[in-house]
Amino acid sequence: MLGDGILKGLAETAKNFAGSFVSKERMTTVEYPEERLPLPEAARNFPFLVYDGDDWEKGLRCVACQICEKECPPKCIYIEKSKDKKPDYVGKPQIYPAKFDIDISVCMSCQICVEVCPFEAIKMNTEFELATDDRFGGLLLDRKELARSNEYYHQIHPTEASEVDARLAEEKAKVEAKAKAAAEAAAAKAAAPPAAAAPATPIAKPAAPVEARPATAAKAAEVAKAPAAATAPVAPKPVPGTGSDGAASMTPEDKKAAETPAKTNEGEPKAQGEPKE
Amino acid sequence: MSPSGIKTEKLAGWNRPPVIESDGEGELLEVAMGPHHPSTHGVFRMDVVLDGERVIKLKPVFGYLHRNHEQLGERQSYLASMPYTDRLDYFCSLTNNWAYALAVEKLVGQEVPERAEYLRVILAELTRIQNHASTIGFLLQEMGASGTPLMYAFREREKILDLFESLTGSRMMCNYMRFGGCRVDASPAWLEATRKVVAGLPAFVDEFERFLMTNEILMARCQGIGVLKPDLAVNAGISGPMLRATGVNYDIRKVDHYGIYDRFKFRVPLGDHGDIYDRYMVRMLEMRESILILNQALKDLPAGPVMDPKAKIRNFRPKAGESYGRIEAPKGELGFYLISDGGPNPYRYRVRPPSFINLTVLEDMCLGSNVADVVLIFGSVDIVLGEVDR
Amino acid sequence: MKSVEEIKAAIEAAVPGAVVKVILNPAPNAQHSLLIDAPHAVAVAEFLRDDDELALDFLSNVTGVDFLDKEIAEKVKVTRQVPKEVDGVQQMVDETVEETRKRVEPGYLEAVYHLFSVSKKHGPVIIRMRTANRTDLVELPSLTPIWRSAEFQEREVFDLFGIVFTGHPDLRRILMWDEFKDHPMRRDYVEPDDYEYEPTAHDDVLKRAQAHKAKVSAGEVSQ
Repeated sequence: MLGDGILKGLAETAKNFAGSFVSKERMTTVEYPEERLPLPEAARNFPFLVYDGDDWEKGLRCVACQICEKECPPKCIYIEKSKDKKPDYVGKPQIYPAKFDIDISVCMSCQICVEVCPFEAIKMNTEFELATDDRFGGLLLDRKELARSNEYYHQIHPTEASEVDARLAEEKAKVEAKAKAAAEAAAAKAAAPPAAAAPATPIAKPAAPVEARPATAAKAAEVAKAPAAATAPVAPKPVPGTGSDGAASMTPEDKKAAETPAKTNEGEPKAQGEPKE
Repeated sequence: MSPSGIKTEKLAGWNRPPVIESDGEGELLEVAMGPHHPSTHGVFRMDVVLDGERVIKLKPVFGYLHRNHEQLGERQSYLASMPYTDRLDYFCSLTNNWAYALAVEKLVGQEVPERAEYLRVILAELTRIQNHASTIGFLLQEMGASGTPLMYAFREREKILDLFESLTGSRMMCNYMRFGGCRVDASPAWLEATRKVVAGLPAFVDEFERFLMTNEILMARCQGIGVLKPDLAVNAGISGPMLRATGVNYDIRKVDHYGIYDRFKFRVPLGDHGDIYDRYMVRMLEMRESILILNQALKDLPAGPVMDPKAKIRNFRPKAGESYGRIEAPKGELGFYLISDGGPNPYRYRVRPPSFINLTVLEDMCLGSNVADVVLIFGSVDIVLGEVDR
Repeated sequence: MKSVEEIKAAIEAAVPGAVVKVILNPAPNAQHSLLIDAPHAVAVAEFLRDDDELALDFLSNVTGVDFLDKEIAEKVKVTRQVPKEVDGVQQMVDETVEETRKRVEPGYLEAVYHLFSVSKKHGPVIIRMRTANRTDLVELPSLTPIWRSAEFQEREVFDLFGIVFTGHPDLRRILMWDEFKDHPMRRDYVEPDDYEYEPTAHDDVLKRAQAHKAKVSAGEVSQ
């Protein structure tokens, strides 16, 4: 029939017009910036550098191995190695980046730097309000602007961060066990005072991986429960240590988070210890 | 032999666009449609010669977005090209990822774990649905139905893009597949959300079809316009829904059985006349078939790793050789041709872009029709300039 | 489907005089290809398309590959006459020495065609053609009259690699603009020094832009 198309169309319009006042799920407008949609956990924007502890400069996990610089497809990372060394999370002296710049006007958020980093030092941020009136300097982030605490990482990617912490704790425990065994062997052999095989570090506390994981995850969940003001200036709570010795009062959700098996990136060959110089 | 069973004519120039004479009344008008024309899907120009309203010559002009993607691929490692493939056909970044991963996997003989294959199928079919829905939306937009059908399509696309974002981290630039699997695993929560979205898709397709299939304007403006003959379509390398709308049964998912497509039951929709309406209809039906594949894949999804543990991410150096890997992308046959000389970068990295090659017959389809139909014919080809220009 | 050797035999039987060479592909996918000679290429292509058994009616992909001139160092045994004192008498004696000689193997441009069959649903059959060198003898016959899908793709190869396809109905640049001079996909392509000139240039780009401007004002380069 001629004209039934237009009737059909008008009926639909009327239905939608009425529906948009009644049905709650149809009111999709979000009053940005007062209201914000929650970002999915996997969301990524530009990279940031993770640091442990309070001091961003001391705690940076990056060891300036320059793998990300080499692998970055648009070549937006610039790293200068330091002359001296400082202890990393297992207490081994490592080089640190004297300069670490990312030009986010070039970066294309592909997260290949995250994938290739063997030290869990670079991760993807979710901040997107990065507009600036300085076209060149404002979009070139140096290592201070890139540094974010591990707590912040837990806040934006809780599951992933817990897995990373578990992996790091495990590795640390392994290194410590090895050092302990070596020290014991040395002690037994020479019957001399135990050799200081394990270098003294402010963060080296024996933490078995089994204990460390739930505790970390619990803390992650705790941080994540804080108001989701992802864009507010990050004020990490002063927590000493790596975050593997937090108080553990577990709610069911926390338990769930803690039990989530480590899946992400599991299949990828992590070049552990490859370029440790 | 032509697909219709008739031996192709040997007359010289049978596959060339016909020469149309002007009727001699009035003068010819040369019009440059584009590069900034609302109907050109980006920066694309058609140099049209008009005799009144009738098109008697049409030459597509493109390259405005050319960035020498192939040379970029030859200057950096195999892995570093993966995020750049997202930017070819930015509507379907996941199928681009898959085609590239497939070519590299063929080059080195890499196996892909079962679960990753299923995830690839799920993501590729979701991509196909959102691409076809948007294409139909744009086609209707160009027909003058400003906004509404496109918004309906985009509403559905938004749900699918949300799924992509929560799995891969990005809505359009997914950069998800790797040589030997996928980057991250899908969580049970994500699969649940996907099932929910897929369960809602048939209702959307029904709704779309209810409004469009028998719409008088759509039928009047699409049927019998922009006809493409099957012989010419095959000879001109046309692929995807455009080829199948001419009635040629050629779907690479069925022909090559790449991935695990031989495990799913689905049909290949075919057109009859090769006009705009058939191309629209084939896309509509393909969405339904994709939903069927999605349901099967989501049901059978096995547990296991998503990445071959032997696969290398860094320091990836394939042995010397070459490979051509192709998949049925939403727009047609997307192929990657790689030559390795044993180094960390490909010696030759070539993209076979379906949008680009499907434009070969644009002139043939447009000649003799009205200039207003050119917009529709062009819209029914379904191109993305990021892929045409590379 | 026939193997490459069988296809080679079939071509040689059907097109008298055609020279076909099988090029093996060491990759696990074993997509071997056939190198055909330019003078018979159109006849071979027509045979491949119209043969009932092969029926390669679908030309999927056309591309170019650039192989640079190769300098090959090889050891050659050379016999020379050397003055030598034999039994107190100075005379010329043959002596064989090994010498490293450098020889330049001319590079070539290659056009690669990936063929499939829509009616028989098989493929790919890969054929390639090579130019004599990279500079002046860069002509190859166009296969556009056989397969229309080569039309744009051969134009692209012409544009980016500089292979001139004789018999192509409309051989113009397709991706680069018409006034562009070089062929950017060649492996020895050098970017012009103004390629990144921008109005608000800074840092390196600014330096290059200034250097370029100085050159232009000095009359060394035109634009």
